[in-house]
Amino acid sequence: MAERILMKGNEAIAEAAIRAGCLHYFGYPITPQTEIAAYMAKKMPKIGGVFLQAESEIASINMVYGAAAAGMRVMTSSSSPGISLKSEGLSYIAGSDVPALVVNVQRGGPGLGGIQPSQSDYFQATKGGGHGDYRMIVLAPASVQEMASLTIKGFDLADKYCVTTMLLADGTIGQMMEPITFEDAEPTVYEKPWALTGTECKRPHNIVNSLYLKPDELEKKNFERFEKYAEIEKNEAMWEEYMMDDAEICVVAFGIASRIAKNAVAEARKEGIKVGLIRPITLWPFPTEVLKAAADKVKSFISVELSMGQMIEDVKLATECKRPVSLCNRTGGMIPTPEEVLSAIHKAEKGEF
Amino acid sequence: MEHKRLTLFAGHYGSGKTNIAVNYAMLLAEEGKKVCIADLDIVNPYFRTKDSEKELAERGISLISSHYANTNVDLPAIPAESYRLVQDKSIYGVVDIGGDDRGAYALGRFADAIKAEGNYRMAFVINRYRPLTSTVEDTVEIMKEIEEASGIKFTCIVNNSNIGPETTRETVIDSLEFAEKVSAAVGLPIWLNTAEKSIADGISGIPILPLTLQKKYFDLPD
Repeated sequence: MAERILMKGNEAIAEAAIRAGCLHYFGYPITPQTEIAAYMAKKMPKIGGVFLQAESEIASINMVYGAAAAGMRVMTSSSSPGISLKSEGLSYIAGSDVPALVVNVQRGGPGLGGIQPSQSDYFQATKGGGHGDYRMIVLAPASVQEMASLTIKGFDLADKYCVTTMLLADGTIGQMMEPITFEDAEPTVYEKPWALTGTECKRPHNIVNSLYLKPDELEKKNFERFEKYAEIEKNEAMWEEYMMDDAEICVVAFGIASRIAKNAVAEARKEGIKVGLIRPITLWPFPTEVLKAAADKVKSFISVELSMGQMIEDVKLATECKRPVSLCNRTGGMIPTPEEVLSAIHKAEKGEF
Repeated sequence: MEHKRLTLFAGHYGSGKTNIAVNYAMLLAEEGKKVCIADLDIVNPYFRTKDSEKELAERGISLISSHYANTNVDLPAIPAESYRLVQDKSIYGVVDIGGDDRGAYALGRFADAIKAEGNYRMAFVINRYRPLTSTVEDTVEIMKEIEEASGIKFTCIVNNSNIGPETTRETVIDSLEFAEKVSAAVGLPIWLNTAEKSIADGISGIPILPLTLQKKYFDLPD
């Protein structure tokens, strides 16, 4: 087995991106994700890559757009307020069907908010953020190891479907250190015949663009794009189940909240409470089928989130409101303790919502 | 163990400087010294010396820390009291210097006074299990950058090689060869070896500083 190394979540993203063959990083510093940029600044010049600190978030996302159009594996990273600034570019990238990886290490909001962790950009990531009919694949790492593995997976998914993958992390996982392992694997290379690489007068020129002035053409393009999204929904949902076999209460949590919830579920099991956890790893596509199936078995759901309750809406949609769904949450940079989640489980057991 | 009046800990961010500085200050206090610990980290708003405020106060160790530490105001600031380190020669000062070369600029303001007094130890903290200090070459590069930014040359190395909760006695022992290679490459002695106190026994050779780690809010399962 490859050696264990001690990494911060942010560093793991950067190292994984390099190992995935990403040689182009454009960013702008913001706490709590700046270690990604710092790591890239240190490493990229040594391996013939590009690290560029742009003059703003808006500039950096448009540099990503350009490099993606040229067929490069490319990424940017930011934290909540910075992602809002990048949203216009995200929409243009989606409208041009080019692949990119965008990292959001979330902090408390809205507005300038604060620098402590949050999951309150769930709506922004999964429902749009930018304008127009589009989707991004949204991956939610729950450990430093997954910061690495989902970064690599994120590049592959982006290239496979020509979409943006957003890695939706939070300040806790970005900042905390855990031992991880990198497997020695060559990055997967995807053919990009649409890329702007220079025709050398040997082929018709390619166009990367999101402007369609004729509405029927734009509609056709959107219909085609949503066929692609339907394929993604069919094929790419990922989740983890924990102690769900005989569960009567189902906790649903992603990212750092799922790690905390796991503590609470294990503790509740010691008390004899039949409770399990479903952890969505992809937030879009949301793992609808597994939740729908769980709704036929469990009595109630608890959505644990570092927000005012955003994923809870998708839990209700997926379960078709067949069972009550309660919310256990902290927000603004606060994190629920395992004890708080445990008391939500106690309440659910008593049928209180 | 012989102590200098000022002990400065610097190194790559995440190498363990804060935990070592706090433990070393406590060691000095146990030996009856009048101790002052200063947090000169202007880079990272998280994981500060101030997290150990209560434990330090209980031992009579005074803490110099940015007024913005642990306020979530992400401002690079060092307090005026930091001058006490170089002006009050009755204290033993332990200085926790922020990550990398950018953090080390904060020390530059005091460099002339520290060197003029000449009673200091500038310790380079290394962890070979961290990605940007996993080769001798990269480690030396970071060391040189810190020296350039701070205006002070390192005088010794502290081996704090660990892989977090998975660290065993063997992890530490296996890292010594790397520490020795760094030591040979830069011509500096390894002053201390560190290990969490439950595994510190039985690691021979270089003097060991057993560490009590700063507490976490709670442990996370895998």
